[in-house]
Amino acid sequence: MQDQKLAKQLFKKSKTARYERFGRFLCLCALLLIMAIVIGIILFIATKGMSTFLKDHISMKDFFTGTLWNPGTKTPDGHAAVGALPMILGSFLVTILAAVISTPFAIGTAVYMTEISPKRGAKILQPVTELLVGIPSVVYGFIGLSVVVPFVRNVFGGSGFGILSGTFVLFVMILPTIVSMTVDSLKSVPTYYRQASLALGATKWQTIWKVVLRAATPGILTAVVFGMARAFGEALAVQMVIGNASLMPHNLISPASTLTSVLTAGMGNTVMGSMQNDALWSLALVLLVMSLLFNLLVHFIGRKGAFSK
Amino acid sequence: MNRVQKQSQIAIIVLKAIAGFVVLILAFLIGYIFITGLPNVSWKFLTSPAKAFSSGGGIGVQLFNSFYLLILAMLISLPIALGASIYLNEYAKDNWFTSMIRTSIEILSSLPSVVVGLFGFLLFVVHYNFGFSIISGALTLTIFNLPLLTRNIEESLASVADDQRQGGLGLGLSKYETIIHIVVPAALPGIISGVILCSGRVFGEAAALIYTAGQSAPALNFGDWNPFNIDSPLSPLRPAETLAVHIWKINSEGIMPDLTQVSSGSAAVLVLAILIFNLSARYIGRKVFEKMTSMN
Repeated sequence: MQDQKLAKQLFKKSKTARYERFGRFLCLCALLLIMAIVIGIILFIATKGMSTFLKDHISMKDFFTGTLWNPGTKTPDGHAAVGALPMILGSFLVTILAAVISTPFAIGTAVYMTEISPKRGAKILQPVTELLVGIPSVVYGFIGLSVVVPFVRNVFGGSGFGILSGTFVLFVMILPTIVSMTVDSLKSVPTYYRQASLALGATKWQTIWKVVLRAATPGILTAVVFGMARAFGEALAVQMVIGNASLMPHNLISPASTLTSVLTAGMGNTVMGSMQNDALWSLALVLLVMSLLFNLLVHFIGRKGAFSK
Repeated sequence: MNRVQKQSQIAIIVLKAIAGFVVLILAFLIGYIFITGLPNVSWKFLTSPAKAFSSGGGIGVQLFNSFYLLILAMLISLPIALGASIYLNEYAKDNWFTSMIRTSIEILSSLPSVVVGLFGFLLFVVHYNFGFSIISGALTLTIFNLPLLTRNIEESLASVADDQRQGGLGLGLSKYETIIHIVVPAALPGIISGVILCSGRVFGEAAALIYTAGQSAPALNFGDWNPFNIDSPLSPLRPAETLAVHIWKINSEGIMPDLTQVSSGSAAVLVLAILIFNLSARYIGRKVFEKMTSMN
């Protein structure tokens, strides 16, 4: 009898062991919750976004190649007017233009901060970029509205609202992001690369151009892709300066729109479940898919060019 | 001087010019926000309610909403992020499951905030029928906040030396007890800095809130702190426009005559708040560290 009791006691988990399992279980639950949220977001938006094609029977071709956006009506030649091409084009235009302008500036600044004047870089530029990364996008939008739009209007003509203003705002917005990530990747280039290059008689510029920048290329590419992802998904700052006309962009200073600007402006004015609303969710799905693609791209670059230490 | 040296010198001058130009842009930005904004900020501006049609409105309600939403979102997301980061840093093995979870956290952190906002709209506002409310907004901000907060906390946990863990296990504590009683307290300064930095990001977020916390700020009765009354400041079911949403809203469709003054004042307050968050993150983290380790 006593032996049995003792055996039972010995085989039972101690209080600490149970506590351990409980704590570990709680932590796992938190982690699984985050994963469930991610899967939930993708599933929800995918189902809502696909209903334009499945429930309302809009053809993918009309959606991706049509140029008239007025869901619920028909184009003159009888197709449903859900052409998302103007918005998709607008999004890509502002993103690519902003990245093209800010990349040289960002790389120049990052090189200055790490290679030419590290002291001044750490003292002035570092904190300023950190602060600017944190400035909310609405503030950028407000400055765009009160500085960039009048500037574009006076210099280039037109109303001032358009792709060009959007590009300028996004340029300033993604600049600090790209700078700080480029600085990180330049710093991860081993010092002996520079020493070896200088010892071979290369000038400072030759070292920067032919050695440091080459070695840091994957990191710089990642930084640029991150900047582009941020620009592509940015909603309010762009929506405030782009003019919000769902027309094909003919030039850079005529009012246009992006995926995000149509979403923010339109979601409140449609009824859930209506065709107009479904079309907006399809735009959200395009946005989501693009964000996943940017992610994939970052992974791909990261795997190709990871620094072996 | 030969050609190559000259080329090097010119290139360095160009680089300096680029850096100088970028500094000019950044200085102009910060200067513009504060110089045009701060003169409009007064105690009255910070405390009085907004006016839709006449001038002289303030941002009192919006400012309160911003802080209330921030605190709620942090209260919800902190335990989740802490649990998740403890598991990732202390328990997770290096296998496909862990890398899948890491990838999904990365995906969540790179999602455009407007997509997160739309998901919140779909789930909380429409499906659970919370309407445009504080609670919808706080839950959406939680989703927005979780990936970055988890990463920040994980980094501070990872920076705790392994000696500490071995010490705890050597004394006979279980792994979980070691984590809760030794590792987390040792990582506390880093965790606090991370939380404050994330607060800055949440405080300025607008795109995720437009369709969840709503775009209207009904007048509040600051004498009534019963959360079950709809005009009480604490009521979780009232719509709550935050400061960031307010700036967007009045610039898109505002008609008050002093629109520019109100928006530049609000922008200055917003940036100032974020500046304070950034600076205090470092300061408080260091102070906590000094206090805990009695190093001065």
